[in-house]
Amino acid sequence: MTLTTFLQHCLTGISLGGAYALIAIGYTMVYGILRLINFAHGDIFMMAGYFMIFALASFPWQIAIPLVIVLTFLLGAGIERAAYKPLRNAPRMSIMISAIGVSYLLQNLATYLFTALPRAYPEIPFLKHIFRIGELSSSLVTFITPILSVVLVVLLMLLINHTKVGMAMRAVSKDFETAKLMGIRINTVISVTFAIGSTLAAVGSILYFTDRMSVTPFSGTLPGLKCFVAAVLGGIGSVPGAMVGGFLIGLSETMLVAFGYSTFSDAFTFLLLIIMLLFRPTGLFGEKTTDKV
Amino acid sequence: MKKLLALLLVILLMVPALAMAENVIKIGVFEPQTGENGGGGLQEVYGMRYANQVYPTVTIGGEEYKVELVEADNKSDKTEAVTAAQSLISSGVSVVLGSYGSGVSIAAGEIFAEAQVPAIGASCTNPQVTLGNDYYFRVCFLDPFQGTVMANYAFQSGATTAAVITQLGDDYSSGLGNFFLKAFKALAGDAAIVSEEQFQTNQTDFKAILTNIKAANPGVIFAPSSIATAPLLIKQARELGITAPIMAGDTWENGTIIENAGADAEGIVLSTFFDDADPATEEAAKFIPGFKEYLVSIGQPDVIPAVSALGYDAYLVALKAIETAASTKGADIQAVLPGIAIEGVTGAISFDENGDAKKDMAFIKTVKDGKFVFLKTVTVE
Amino acid sequence: MKKGIPWIATLIASTLLIAWLTSLEANKANHGMLISILQKSVILAVVACAMNLLNGFTGLFSLGQAGFMAIGAYVTALLTIPTKNLDGVYYMNGIAPSIKAFRQWLDTAPSWVAASYPYLALLIGGLVAAAFAALIGFPVLRLKSDYLAIATLGFSEIIRAILASPQLDTVTNGSYGLNKIPGFASILSPFLIAAVCIAIMVLLLRSSYGRAFKAIREDEVAAEAMGINLLKHKAMSFVTSSFFTAIAGGMLAMFMRSIEAKTFSISLTYDILLIVVIGGIGSMTGSILGAFLMTASKEWWLRFFDQPLTLWGWEVPFFRTGLRMVIFSLLLMVVVLFYSRGLMGSREFNWNFLLPETWKSLLKRLPNRRKKA
Repeated sequence: MTLTTFLQHCLTGISLGGAYALIAIGYTMVYGILRLINFAHGDIFMMAGYFMIFALASFPWQIAIPLVIVLTFLLGAGIERAAYKPLRNAPRMSIMISAIGVSYLLQNLATYLFTALPRAYPEIPFLKHIFRIGELSSSLVTFITPILSVVLVVLLMLLINHTKVGMAMRAVSKDFETAKLMGIRINTVISVTFAIGSTLAAVGSILYFTDRMSVTPFSGTLPGLKCFVAAVLGGIGSVPGAMVGGFLIGLSETMLVAFGYSTFSDAFTFLLLIIMLLFRPTGLFGEKTTDKV
Repeated sequence: MKKLLALLLVILLMVPALAMAENVIKIGVFEPQTGENGGGGLQEVYGMRYANQVYPTVTIGGEEYKVELVEADNKSDKTEAVTAAQSLISSGVSVVLGSYGSGVSIAAGEIFAEAQVPAIGASCTNPQVTLGNDYYFRVCFLDPFQGTVMANYAFQSGATTAAVITQLGDDYSSGLGNFFLKAFKALAGDAAIVSEEQFQTNQTDFKAILTNIKAANPGVIFAPSSIATAPLLIKQARELGITAPIMAGDTWENGTIIENAGADAEGIVLSTFFDDADPATEEAAKFIPGFKEYLVSIGQPDVIPAVSALGYDAYLVALKAIETAASTKGADIQAVLPGIAIEGVTGAISFDENGDAKKDMAFIKTVKDGKFVFLKTVTVE
Repeated sequence: MKKGIPWIATLIASTLLIAWLTSLEANKANHGMLISILQKSVILAVVACAMNLLNGFTGLFSLGQAGFMAIGAYVTALLTIPTKNLDGVYYMNGIAPSIKAFRQWLDTAPSWVAASYPYLALLIGGLVAAAFAALIGFPVLRLKSDYLAIATLGFSEIIRAILASPQLDTVTNGSYGLNKIPGFASILSPFLIAAVCIAIMVLLLRSSYGRAFKAIREDEVAAEAMGINLLKHKAMSFVTSSFFTAIAGGMLAMFMRSIEAKTFSISLTYDILLIVVIGGIGSMTGSILGAFLMTASKEWWLRFFDQPLTLWGWEVPFFRTGLRMVIFSLLLMVVVLFYSRGLMGSREFNWNFLLPETWKSLLKRLPNRRKKA
């Protein structure tokens, strides 16, 4: 493998990792606050892909992108209200089944509305502009994905650490009951969490699908699960951890495919998860708590 | 009251009997209408539906029978294929046509053979479909032939090295890729295949394997794959700055590829079964204008896909066999099929000892200015 | 009810069932659809019961069913595909010589031994899965609730990837899958196997082990304090459940006649979870009932949702491919959100259900319960 080829693989991997990072943040934040694996998150990401197809069909991209973000945000917040909120005091198994149910529903709804055939993802002209650095050649989106994810993560960290809402979020994730007693409006915090997660998933979906050019009702399942693994890897509840986890998984997946082990690229992710859960359940950046695992 | 009830009962029993009064023979259409190969499968179904419109009846032993098509969707999935095949059998079909995609045909072949219902494949090109199965026939050429044709073409057009990309788990793609590989090695030497890459079903990101191919710098890339995969592969290759011509087999002759890959589709090369600019038989001369009209009437572009022509031919073979056998029983039809010969749309069709059509001509096409353009015909002895 | 009556009733009911199935079998051509639905239901009933044993009775939320089914299915397929067809199945990459030699050796057995091969194959598939479950069980079962779920789901995906890997081409035929698997000799055999499997599970639940499982479900700490060995009982539940799941997987292979790794994806697990939830988490009767209801509605009764429908010249909107599954998922959501107890809750079938007194007392209790809810 020459240096150029290696660098090209790295670029692909980092770009994929950037998109994963954005999705992983949604998992990590929801889990941090509700202790819930939001199985539907990957499907929200998939729906954002379909939203873009329809938005770009009728609007220029300057309007379409914000529109998709708003729609995805509404979808995420709506799911929380309809499927998770009524079960807040139910056993954890019920909430998980509810999350799986929502994921099932979104997939079937997408199959019904848009058929199972892959839909071509529209091109956003400037993102698809082909860009060359020496021997490396790729479209612009591949280059900007990792940069954009890092910028968004930094912004999110500022929000969490330096605003009132952020403080409330930290409080709720530390101790749900006490935060409630302290007068924090739990429902608002939870809605904000879902809103941020879905918004980032929408951005991630634009970057991910622009690079891959087609959407099917099942395109969200595997990326969703992988991003959850990324969140666990980085330490669930930790935003920078999720980012690092996303980059790690994106890179390792690309390298496995590059060396000809494409069948194992998905399995490897899960293997990583299981090893991590068994030996360091708090992840790379997670805080030590007693009852997480 | 009792009498009235009895009368009612009699009438109720009569209704289905009345409906059955007409002689009907059922032909199963075993095709993917959804799933990965849904697009191509549907085009093949159009050919069969049109054939049914043109020839709606068949004479069996002096009596006229209405031909009814029973469609079952195998969803491009090997396990769904078995279910679909079983449902066709239980609905009492005499012959089955299809399927697009060799994998599903191989998976269901055993079911048809067990039920003694002959199947006539339209565009399944993998040798395994008919091999060792006395009940499977087909009207198209085979992958060893197609692979050789493409290897010859690639070599003649000046390529000395080639890369092969195949889809894991897809009998058509892996089979055809393998045959190309063998033929190209025979022509250009063992070192001529510089890269062999595989991808998984439903994979949409080909950057990693394409990067490897770019590093190997082949003269030509052979990538037999489905209609859904093709545009992604073509576009990502061009995005990475790969300029080598990309070639594939019969599946790529489909307008959606040009539609989705846009300008990047220019220059791809493929082999196919049929060229509507050059009708080879009388049946073809009749079929081309008629089918174009039919396509327009169902809201499709008026470009005839080769698989539709094959679907039409498969239907014709089935009718001829039913007539010759003078029976609606599958086993009787199977007995006469090896001896059937017709002048179809895609040329003369007769079967060899495996049940494969004796065909020795392929049409090579390319894409120019957003349209498929005929390049040349190739024959291999 | 007198003591002997339930036994007699059970005997009569099973005789009637066998008679009905035999009559269906005799008239196979006309009942093809019904027969295949019954077979599929009974297979899913076994997995659903096995999942319920683990998730509903022991409180371990596992999502690894598809993986264990895959193990059972592949082992069964490898042992039952007729030796003469092996080369055809493995035409792409060839078969490992050792497997072929083993199969040829098996064929030399006397015919009465050979007749039991399909059952033996199922049993061996179950044992392989049980061994695998024991292997992964000890580390994985330390995890709790959602982490256990995601870890088992991960294992199921890893199994699938290994089965589909090109490195195992000569054993599992890689991603090309296995076909030409012989089907059931008679419709009675899947029913018989399922009845035995479910009966064993029910007996296990009624034993002291079963009570230990339920104790763990209710409160782990309390159970441990009562002297129940947590890890031992959890592992036992996990291994038993995997064993029966794999047997059902083997039956599924015999039912489908053709399998590939893709068949055993996460959505298969979700389908089974759906059956368990709708039937009632914690009720074996519910799981069996759920399996039959779901399969029949999915493959048969609700098929019409997927076809365009015209009533009196008016085309009903929304009826097209996919609607059926949307309605199914909505149904699941409704059950999860509003009837979290499912069809049966944690009640089990019992002949008293047929007595008018039971119904009266149930009806009497109904309004009270509504008030509570």
